Amino acid sequence: MTVEKPKTRIVEIEPLTRVEGHGKVTIHLDDDHNVVEARLHIVEFRGFERFIVGRLLWEVPVIVQRLCGICPVSHHLAAAKAMDAIVGADALPPTAEKMRRLMHYGQIMQSNVLHFFHLSSPDLLFGFDAPAKKRNLFGVIREHPELAKRGVLLRKYGQEVIQYTAGKKIHGTGAVPGGINKNLPLHERDALLRDIERMTAWARDAVEIAKNYTVENLSQVSRFANFKSNHLSLVREDGALDLYHGNLRAIDAGGNVIFDQLEYTRFNDYIMEEVRPWSYMKFPFIKSRGNLDGWYRVGPLSRMNNASFIDTPLADKEHRELRALTAGKPNHMSLAYHWARMIEVLHCVEKIHELLLDTDLQGTELRASGSRREEGIGVIEAPRGSLFHHYKVDEHDQVTYCNLIVSTTHNNSGLNRAVTDVARKYLSGKKRITEGLLNHVEVAVRAYDPCLSCATHALGQMPLVVELHDAEGRLLHRNGQYVDQATLGRDA
Amino acid sequence: MSRRKKRVATVSLAGCFGCHMSLLDMDERILDLLEDVEFDRSPLTDFKQFTRRCDIGLVEGGCCNEENVHTLQEFRNHCDVLVAVGQCAIMGGLPVMRNAIMHSDDPLRECLDEAYASSPRVYNPSNQIPNDPALPLLLDKVYTCVDVVKIDYQIPGCPPSGDVLYAALSALIHDRPPELDHASIRYD
Ligand code: SF4
Repeated sequence: MTVEKPKTRIVEIEPLTRVEGHGKVTIHLDDDHNVVEARLHIVEFRGFERFIVGRLLWEVPVIVQRLCGICPVSHHLAAAKAMDAIVGADALPPTAEKMRRLMHYGQIMQSNVLHFFHLSSPDLLFGFDAPAKKRNLFGVIREHPELAKRGVLLRKYGQEVIQYTAGKKIHGTGAVPGGINKNLPLHERDALLRDIERMTAWARDAVEIAKNYTVENLSQVSRFANFKSNHLSLVREDGALDLYHGNLRAIDAGGNVIFDQLEYTRFNDYIMEEVRPWSYMKFPFIKSRGNLDGWYRVGPLSRMNNASFIDTPLADKEHRELRALTAGKPNHMSLAYHWARMIEVLHCVEKIHELLLDTDLQGTELRASGSRREEGIGVIEAPRGSLFHHYKVDEHDQVTYCNLIVSTTHNNSGLNRAVTDVARKYLSGKKRITEGLLNHVEVAVRAYDPCLSCATHALGQMPLVVELHDAEGRLLHRNGQYVDQATLGRDA
Repeated sequence: MSRRKKRVATVSLAGCFGCHMSLLDMDERILDLLEDVEFDRSPLTDFKQFTRRCDIGLVEGGCCNEENVHTLQEFRNHCDVLVAVGQCAIMGGLPVMRNAIMHSDDPLRECLDEAYASSPRVYNPSNQIPNDPALPLLLDKVYTCVDVVKIDYQIPGCPPSGDVLYAALSALIHDRPPELDHASIRYD
């Protein structure tokens, strides 16, 4: 007897907009218009891990940031940290470490602000199903010019911090293996100090906006893509939030520790990535919990769930408030990421202020070195979550191996859970699926601020039968290469 | 009656989004720009397709898959002036480094192994590779924008700074040559 396969209809959201990078969502519906599944596909690839092989070690921190122009500093610094290990710089001179931290706080500040004000605020201000025409930054500028301007100027400040530490707002060169290539002259410090009070005040307001949104819309926020998961992030030795350096902590959905104070150089023993055929992005999981239950989330909300406290007073107070909402248990609400993200902006502004007053930034010892190693791992908390860089370098300074697990990849399972949850709740059974309804799904994706740009670094492969025509319509290229699936694998 | 606003569309093909970020580095000048400009299809808006013909199209990134080619052709068809923004659009940028490994005897196999083969780090028991109708086909190599369509202007830089983009865009809007000092135009 042949069983007839139920027909499914597929609705695509493509391209995803107001997210960074390239991706699409497919929603699979059965005959009765019920949502069977929804998937976030990463549709692009780079091949970075393969083509970086053979490049020189000093080039890596500069090249790697071109994976992603949204948080280039995170890649720049994670690679630099890995290269520190390779050149044997186990402790950086204080000037170097603090300049890098300054750069990183500037980065998280600008990236989180960009996400909240430029990309997500239209959904929160106008409603998820507001007309597409006004649902964007330009709509916010028209209707809430003061708010939009603050967003623009907060981001600008973060970008200036990056410019002064890395030499350029996007794709700078500040960090080098073993240290940094410049300190912060007094006139640059003073330029940044001039505006810091205003930034602090605006960051506090931003937390207020995000918090009020969460609390005032709690019935929706606690219904919308609120699902249990594990959470992973770096924490400092005393359990404090630390965005630049620390050890790994993972907790389960109930807040119990899975592992804690794990040196990040050992991540390969604890985390593994699964391949699924419909996305170029892999699915990492915690080995001890298996591929079905071991998936976890990362990013601002996970960091809030994991951190015992925050070492700057204003952000610490806000952190306690956020934790109180779920009585100290992990908060699993996707939309609460926005609130967590703004608390981090406030934390970064406080940290920047603290650093600007530190005379170590005018120090002249910029680099360290020691005895050479073959392998280096650098981990950092990027705006979107933990970012892992792992390299091997031979005696000619050439890279022989590279593996990156970027924040959005860590969040892959969470993102897919989020789109499925929202699609089921809002789309199931609807005969006509409107643009506004589909935007709900994108709102769920946006909550994670996924950087689909970085997530595409892994080189995938497809059967290729592609024709390319030039401007005059001439056939430029036809490729009929096909790689049999069975040939995959070194020992196949 | 006031002058019609210029319609601008933007897209990121095989780029890192840095050029779009640099566009936002115009900072508060973007508020003034909106007096003369409205944005149509762009990752910054929710217009996923062209709603109307546009005056100016800004393209970030080159072409690494068939969808990029298709999108670029659409941009050519719908925009009066098409501008390639940044190294990736003009010369391929970082993604073009993948062309170099194509000189290997079995490059695809190498790349596949690197990314997806089962190993102590990668859980892939059936050794399947991503392959789904939802994923666009890859091109044999990365192509620049001029390989595929006619491009009217190129703005170099990785990325071009917010200042350069602002100057170039204002010039295009007001149909006059951009005022840029030599040092600000650079390839990096
Ligand atoms: S030119 Fe540079 S900044 Fe622009 S997309 Fe390419 S790598 Fe990114």
